[in-house]
Amino acid sequence: MSEHSTYVPGSAVEKWLDDRLPVVRFAKEHLMDFPTPKNLNYWWTFGAILVMCLGVQIVTGIILAMHYAPNVALAFDSVEHIRRDINGGRVIQATHAVGASMFFVALYIHMFRGLFYGSYKAPREILWILGVVIFLLTTATAFMGYILPWGQMSFWGATVISNIFSAIPIVGDSIKQLVLGGFAVGNPTLNRFFSLHYLLPFIIAAVVGLHIWALHVPGNNNPVGVDVKDSRDTVPFHPYYTMKDLFAMVVFMIPFAWFVFFAPDILGHPDNYIMANSQVTPAHIVPEWYLLPFYTILRAIDFNVLFINSKLGGVIAMGGAMLCLLIVPWLDTSKVRAGTFRPMFKWFYGLFVINFIALMYLGAQEAAEPYTTLAKVCTAYYFIYFLVILPVLSRIETPKPLPTSISESVLGNKAHA
Amino acid sequence: MSTQAEHTTTNRRDFLFVATGAVGAVGAAAVVWPLINQLNPDASTLALASIQYDVSPIAEGQSVTITWRGLPVFVRHRTPKEIEEARAVPLSDLKDPATDESRVKEGHEQWLIMIANCTHLGCIPTGQAGDFDGWFCPCHGSHYDSSGRIRKGPAPANLVVPPYEFLSDTLVQIG
Repeated sequence: MSEHSTYVPGSAVEKWLDDRLPVVRFAKEHLMDFPTPKNLNYWWTFGAILVMCLGVQIVTGIILAMHYAPNVALAFDSVEHIRRDINGGRVIQATHAVGASMFFVALYIHMFRGLFYGSYKAPREILWILGVVIFLLTTATAFMGYILPWGQMSFWGATVISNIFSAIPIVGDSIKQLVLGGFAVGNPTLNRFFSLHYLLPFIIAAVVGLHIWALHVPGNNNPVGVDVKDSRDTVPFHPYYTMKDLFAMVVFMIPFAWFVFFAPDILGHPDNYIMANSQVTPAHIVPEWYLLPFYTILRAIDFNVLFINSKLGGVIAMGGAMLCLLIVPWLDTSKVRAGTFRPMFKWFYGLFVINFIALMYLGAQEAAEPYTTLAKVCTAYYFIYFLVILPVLSRIETPKPLPTSISESVLGNKAHA
Repeated sequence: MSTQAEHTTTNRRDFLFVATGAVGAVGAAAVVWPLINQLNPDASTLALASIQYDVSPIAEGQSVTITWRGLPVFVRHRTPKEIEEARAVPLSDLKDPATDESRVKEGHEQWLIMIANCTHLGCIPTGQAGDFDGWFCPCHGSHYDSSGRIRKGPAPANLVVPPYEFLSDTLVQIG
């Protein structure tokens, strides 16, 4: 969007640089002058919060890697060494561990914001799909990171998840051995997960670059979901949204810091302070909270469907749950973006949010009644929401009248006076 | 013939382009394969593929868990009651039908040797528990009987019997 540039090189040096590598011009266009809808609410600050979270994870992670030993004999002790002996290590390790949880808090809020305000609709489909790719990469990174402390949950979580590969017909066991580098989770697994856990955040950063690029072509969606019509609908990104985002980051850091300083282990599992033992399974394996909704969907399929056995069925359901997110731009064909103006959608969306939290709760419960039946009901609603409710609502719902412009929605009829 | 017509027909140059591209693609694949293959189990892992174990210290009704290829393996000295129970089950009751005879070695019916990972998602089941006098997996609630066969729960198959043989009455070679 170079037409928004107001950059005029101020000195001969700036002019010289601008003719060769217009990096200052680029920054001014995209970080300062970028025209942003003037009605964005605080739900729109989570993009910037997520950039901060990624930065926190990369910085603390690089520091932890300086003290960590990716070997089954040393890994568990080296994490304790970081927590007890390294200067400030207790806080740095806690920031990284709590940071993973806070990352997912922001990520889920950011995604649910998009799902409510129709941010995935044309012309932002690629933007949304890149976001789902970031979510999947972040999930993989977090999963591999959880293996590294080499506690009981690390080991058995890795065992359970890698067994998912063995559900694939015919080649499943070969793929599992290729991923683990052995017949069971062991030293080769820990080594390669460490390597990939270090690599993936930089891949995520690259995809975030594409995500922002794809955002800056159509520009931001906004809480009323009508397109920007003229310059009265927008304000420059700086200082209006740089400051709003910074304020939101500070507020977000308050619970973050509370966890780091007062309850660094509360989001983890006590079993992970027992070193990994391939001979003993903990009585109750629970993944990290942010993976629980998808874990519940995996477990919910405990029955055979035609020729598909229960294990493969669960894996297909979990993959399908993530695939639904990728194709949602083509499932919800309603022209109205913002849920605010969709009287029926609002209620189904609200139920979807509650259902997602229920899936999260159920994933942490034992595989016994009434939880197994509830898990099936909640899994069914997850899929019905995407595959039935969204397409049908698009056809039968009468939306409320939309404001004619962003300005009108902010100022009321005064904008026309 | 006009110059344009010559360009629309396939000529020697097109063949060279395709041939060069194809050789390049094969070359790239040949380079990528070792980069992927290094992830497969290495020589030191494969070297542990066969172990010998003396079962004589295991008393009747006792189980031990040993390690083979990094996997836990149950060696159970079954009681006559357990063997009888396992053999009395009609095959039609089983999710993954297999006779008890097919899961042990002839003449060594009291010894049940199985990989100790639940066939669902790999947890180690608890011994002498569950509804069928066999094993119970606490992770997702699979019940196995005294022959290690799946009877109830999400696991799709019986506990896996590894390849093994009795070298003498008490010495077993697994793998």
